[in-house]
Amino acid sequence: MADTREGLEAFGDVLAVLAAALFALVGAVWFFGSSDPAMSFHGLLMLIGSVLAGIYVLNTAFREKAARAIGNYEPPEGYFDGPIKVATVAAVIWGIAGFLVGVVLALQLAYPALNFDLPWISFGRLRPLHTSAVIFAFGGNVLIGTSFYVVQRTSHARLAGRWSPWFVVWGYQLFIAIAGTGYLLGITQAKEYAEPEWYADLFLTIIWVTYLLVFLGTLWRRKEPHIYVANWFYLAFIVTIAMLHLVNNAALPVSFTSPSSVILWSGVQDAMTQWWYGHNAVGFFLTAGFLGIMYYFIPKRVERPVYSYRLSIVHFWTLIFLYIWAGPHHLHYTALPDWAQTLGMTFSIMLWMPSWGGMINGLMTLSGAWDKLRTDAVVRLLVVSVAFYGMSTFEGPLMSIKAVNSLSHYTDWTIGHVHSGALGWVAMVSFGAIYCLVPWLWNRKGLYSMRLVEWHFWISTLGILLYITAMWVSGITQGLMWRAYDSLGFLQYSFIETVEAMHPYYVIRAIGGILFLSGSLIMAYNVWRTIRGDEPVDIAEQPRVAAAPGLRVQPAE
Amino acid sequence: MSDKREIDDVTGVETTGHAWDGIKELNKPLPKWWLMTFYASIVWAIGYMIVYPAWPTLNGYTKGVWGYSQRAAVSNEVQGAKAAQATFRTALEKTPLAEVKNDPDLLRFAMVGGAAAFATNCAPCHGRGAQGFAGYPNLNDDDWLWGGTLPEIETTILYGIRSGDKQSRISDMPKYGVDGILQTSEIDDAAEFVLSLTKRATDTAAVGRGAKIFADQCASCHGAEGKGNPELGAPNLTDDIWLFGGRKADIVQSIFTGRGGSMPAWHGRLDAVTLKSLGIYVHSLGGGK
Repeated sequence: MADTREGLEAFGDVLAVLAAALFALVGAVWFFGSSDPAMSFHGLLMLIGSVLAGIYVLNTAFREKAARAIGNYEPPEGYFDGPIKVATVAAVIWGIAGFLVGVVLALQLAYPALNFDLPWISFGRLRPLHTSAVIFAFGGNVLIGTSFYVVQRTSHARLAGRWSPWFVVWGYQLFIAIAGTGYLLGITQAKEYAEPEWYADLFLTIIWVTYLLVFLGTLWRRKEPHIYVANWFYLAFIVTIAMLHLVNNAALPVSFTSPSSVILWSGVQDAMTQWWYGHNAVGFFLTAGFLGIMYYFIPKRVERPVYSYRLSIVHFWTLIFLYIWAGPHHLHYTALPDWAQTLGMTFSIMLWMPSWGGMINGLMTLSGAWDKLRTDAVVRLLVVSVAFYGMSTFEGPLMSIKAVNSLSHYTDWTIGHVHSGALGWVAMVSFGAIYCLVPWLWNRKGLYSMRLVEWHFWISTLGILLYITAMWVSGITQGLMWRAYDSLGFLQYSFIETVEAMHPYYVIRAIGGILFLSGSLIMAYNVWRTIRGDEPVDIAEQPRVAAAPGLRVQPAE
Repeated sequence: MSDKREIDDVTGVETTGHAWDGIKELNKPLPKWWLMTFYASIVWAIGYMIVYPAWPTLNGYTKGVWGYSQRAAVSNEVQGAKAAQATFRTALEKTPLAEVKNDPDLLRFAMVGGAAAFATNCAPCHGRGAQGFAGYPNLNDDDWLWGGTLPEIETTILYGIRSGDKQSRISDMPKYGVDGILQTSEIDDAAEFVLSLTKRATDTAAVGRGAKIFADQCASCHGAEGKGNPELGAPNLTDDIWLFGGRKADIVQSIFTGRGGSMPAWHGRLDAVTLKSLGIYVHSLGGGK
């Protein structure tokens, strides 16, 4: 038995080193072979990352071999939490970076001179950096980290793979670095939320398939008879994102050492594929994945059973089935055929209740524990996030109605809608999960400071409210100004007048963004002090579940 | 975890009997209002799919019983908007430019339409209030480079200035410094003379030398008294209105490099009625002659 295990581990080590060598080779080809300096730089990143990874694997393998030889080798037991710690810290760092770029963009929109005429920080390059940083770098790390945590606990099984989880986490950080620096250096395939070029896309595909295999492998090993609902959502997220990514990024590279590629789709088919991808990135990345977080962290934190098992089944399957159709509502009143627009709109309307099923299950899980909203700021973050989820999943179907869309489309209302979902739902539920995870992962008695969580909560909430109300007003104003005709049938306003009218709202939006960023800095400080092992300053105000599982006071039976 | 159904104390509801890392689930039915609203949205969606185009078929799509088509709807709206303006547009097309002012309603239509077209097409260079910027003339004053009568303004709008159009207004101020026509000191003297035209000269000796240079080089276009010539787009230098700045350094720069902005020709880009409206609007801005 021990021999089999040792053999398997050795096999894993060999595979990991071979993979690292292969990636290093590809990196070297790009570094030395590409005439494009940016791609050459990316080759260098890949080369350095792979060499470091290879050395680390070899070093570990030889150390373990030496330990075995003298008989004091202890095989890893229990849960595999190292990669989760990396993803959690990465999420905090990328989150701050992404919010900061968002604030810079908000200020540039209010005061255009702030791009200082530098190409690298012009709006067109920073915008994808912001969206990718917050969605994929911040959100993605939260999803990878929490999914690895949740699937182990709810399956009662150690994460599958010896090196694969590490590859998923560190490979994902390398992908982020390649994608992000690419935007600043002007590399993009100009597809919204799918800007990275073919080589970054291929690298992500390998990471993502590994992620899927690790997740499935862990479920396969589970000691529970049933798969917990959070894992259905995580699995739906991982599988669907793989499919969306492959189809939307189907492109033919110009050559192996050129960063450019030609997308296989064209015209309205390309637009439709793009928004099928784009909307389902919202549906499966930002909704399904984060519902997975909600389904574990809310019942765990409030120590109450999930409100309704039946509702979780029904809303899961209806959500999965209906979401995938809703993309065409991004292309109302375009060259997209009428019939596709109708389907996009009607399926969006039918999606309203399936979305709310998640909200009901999240909120009603607090039955019998509503007092915790007052006493535990982490619970408040989680619950308010669900409330924002409910609000933006009502607003979404509303905006998909063609008559409403004819007013709202292309205006700031859309930006406000996205941010009520992104800041209110995605980020707030992530903050809640991070505040839960950090003491649990680093085996602490609680967070360094609960009062700082209170500050974070209120500052962020205020920032979000300023942001979305400013965008509602500016969006609707914009929409109405664009369509205003005078009694003689002439346009009432020129475009530049509508831009001027937006200025005060853009300033308010930037203030909201600054508040939200400040909140995340408070979180980073709190997380850092907790990880460092500083004694909590207000442990008496923290619930018993704030402590790591082994340090919890057991409730009286 | 084995099947251990229990009753939750708080809600009195049975659990499903499973637990994952301590998390249990209640066996609650679906909320009625939730289910009913979901059904209602499905019924509504089916209804919508019946009346509007909805499902692709092998060689087309279901048209929907209302026969709606977005293209037809847009086309109807455009037709409607055109019909609403048709009377005025026809009248404006037929009425000679100079006579539009005799019909107050038609004038108002031309003014409003001209203002809308100006805001979209002209404001980017001339400013929202037609106040102009350095290099882009102010249209609110009575200082016209190429003439301020209605027909003159119309010609400028139609064919542009140095636009490349065959009938474009063209003139070409020499680059006195760049092409070495005048020495630096001569340019300085000429600039001092130009300053004297607006009584701002400080060096009378230079003005004297400059006067001769001006007479030789500049007067042919700007006139002996520097009052300009709208035929050639040569600006009046005596009115203290400056397109490229009136400080001595600006004037030296203008003489050194020559000046000559460009404006696109708008015929072919805008329709005849809009062009006419624009002419009337710009003429009205303050300084129309």
